[in-house]
Amino acid sequence: MFSRFFLGATVIAVSASCAYAGDISGAGATFPFPIYAKWADSYKKETGDGLNYQSIGSGAGIKQIKAKTVTFGATDAPLKAAELEAAGLEQWPMVMGGIVPVINIDGVKSGEIVIDGPTLAQIFLGAITNWNDAAIQKLNPKVKLPDLAIAVVHRADGSGTTFNFTDYLSKVSPDWNSKIGEATSVEWPVGIGAKGNDGVANNVAGTPGAIGYVEYAYAKQNKLTYADMINQAGKVVAPTVEAFQAAAANADWAHAPGFYVILSNQPGDQSWPLTAATFILMYKKPANVTESNEALKFFTYAYDKGADMAKALDYIPMPDPVIAQVKAAWAKDIEQK
Amino acid sequence: MTASALESIDLVRDPAKDRARALGRFKLADASFRVMTLGAALVVLLLLLGVAVSLFIGAWPAFHAFGFDFLLNDSWSPPKERFGAAAAIYGTVVTSVIAMVIGVPIGLGIAVFLTELCPPALRRPIGIAIELLAGIPSIIYGIWGVYYLKPFMQAYVEPALIATLGRIPGFGLLFKGPPLGYGVLTAGLVLAIMILPFVTAIARDVFETVPAVLKEAAYGVGATTFEVVGGIVIPYTQVGVIGGIMLALGRALGETMAVTFVIGNATHIMPSLLAQGTTISAMIANQFADADPGLFTSSLLALGFILFVITFIVLALARWMLSRLETKAGR
Repeated sequence: MFSRFFLGATVIAVSASCAYAGDISGAGATFPFPIYAKWADSYKKETGDGLNYQSIGSGAGIKQIKAKTVTFGATDAPLKAAELEAAGLEQWPMVMGGIVPVINIDGVKSGEIVIDGPTLAQIFLGAITNWNDAAIQKLNPKVKLPDLAIAVVHRADGSGTTFNFTDYLSKVSPDWNSKIGEATSVEWPVGIGAKGNDGVANNVAGTPGAIGYVEYAYAKQNKLTYADMINQAGKVVAPTVEAFQAAAANADWAHAPGFYVILSNQPGDQSWPLTAATFILMYKKPANVTESNEALKFFTYAYDKGADMAKALDYIPMPDPVIAQVKAAWAKDIEQK
Repeated sequence: MTASALESIDLVRDPAKDRARALGRFKLADASFRVMTLGAALVVLLLLLGVAVSLFIGAWPAFHAFGFDFLLNDSWSPPKERFGAAAAIYGTVVTSVIAMVIGVPIGLGIAVFLTELCPPALRRPIGIAIELLAGIPSIIYGIWGVYYLKPFMQAYVEPALIATLGRIPGFGLLFKGPPLGYGVLTAGLVLAIMILPFVTAIARDVFETVPAVLKEAAYGVGATTFEVVGGIVIPYTQVGVIGGIMLALGRALGETMAVTFVIGNATHIMPSLLAQGTTISAMIANQFADADPGLFTSSLLALGFILFVITFIVLALARWMLSRLETKAGR
């Protein structure tokens, strides 16, 4: 009896200390949480080391890493080189996603409507209010657009999706840039604010005439009607994994300090204009080198073996050349002893 | 002999002395009990003061940067670092007013029915239903609002309002715009349902304290039920009823999740009640996690401080009203 109790206590103590020693701690963006959790699960099975990731939002993740309460922070909106420098942080893109405009017009199916950036900006500015507007009709000569009021749906909570979406609108529309700007939450001139990707997806699905923007995975899983886009090269593209990867491959990572590249509106005939990467932040001179090394080991695993897991969850893995550049940057910048 | 007699008196316990000693022990227990309860009361004051002060310190950069304009400006633009609380204050006040206008009469009506008119067999089931309504978490009201109330508002109520009240010149401005279902009015309705049980439960409890003899006397001289309620029950219980209403108003002002779901979260003021809006607590819940440190976070804390002040003003008004009623009743 006594020995059994003693044994039990020892097992608990050992497993507790293992979990403590092995857990890599991180906090931040909610968008990549499902894939980080999936990678962590499979990494734990192979190595026994766990990951404790709190998906509390990009802004909160930046706060946490700056307060040094976690080993890595995760953010959808990258920090600029100067801010990284000031804080002594290294930054790199971990995985990508696509943002797609989703619509709800009776009788219109996915890919039947094409939209370009400036028109999208005018819709979200409230300047275009009806689906039969000449600007939309001009892009879709073959489709009979209904006389239907446009109901704009946007995110109400601060979000990396919003950051990437408004960044795109700022790049393609001077009006949007001067009046609204880009950030994780902005002052929307029109529309309904919904909470989370699922909130926007539900709202668009339930409101005739609605247009919104969601992560690709949500559009796919909820079977929402999406619109094709005209990219920077003037070509019509559909939201596919290839189109997202084309945007990442065509981006100029090599000349971007701190990998500060926002993947919206990238050049290339195949590039989807609303592609977005999510970033990791770690200290160049970590206070605890062991923990920092453990985290880097996890990220190496995710890069090397995580691509299929990412695709299964509708995320887009980073292209190989970019991964090579990230690993080179680790070797150069992060103290690993 | 005398000495031993004195001794024996001392040995034989003097009951008076014994009582004094026992009471002395109580005195110590009494004093420590007093100190403990005083301490508990002071903790409340300290907490209140601490929350107010820390909110104010956090909010100071925003107050300093925008000054009085913070209260009047209805623009909220994080990328431009331009923040104003007017839209959130407006939404908070308007949704609460809608909730009170709808919720209080219905709540009081239920309470009157339950205490004065209800057949005894129905009294318990209705009473329990009201109490259950009070126990539903607010997020459930939010989900219910999105999936059931919003489509109903969009399909029936809002088109009807636009076609009727919306045509009145001037006043019609309150009922203009496309019927999207999300908006200040829908949020006010959800709040009305949420405060209903507070108003009803408290009103019912205080109505039951009215002495039967008063009511019977009124009935005896030929008063109708309406006259008894208006002339006897409500005047007799008004202090308690107002307390219940204020508790309900407090809940309406601070409610977060249910409102966020249905109000549409637009960060500027629009005149129509059918248009989207926001409230102070909805704004904080939506934006705090992703807020950059600096002016953005500080402005959100400033919103929190303003809500604190609004709640304080409401409570102070309630106290003032109650004290006026009491002096009137005394006269």
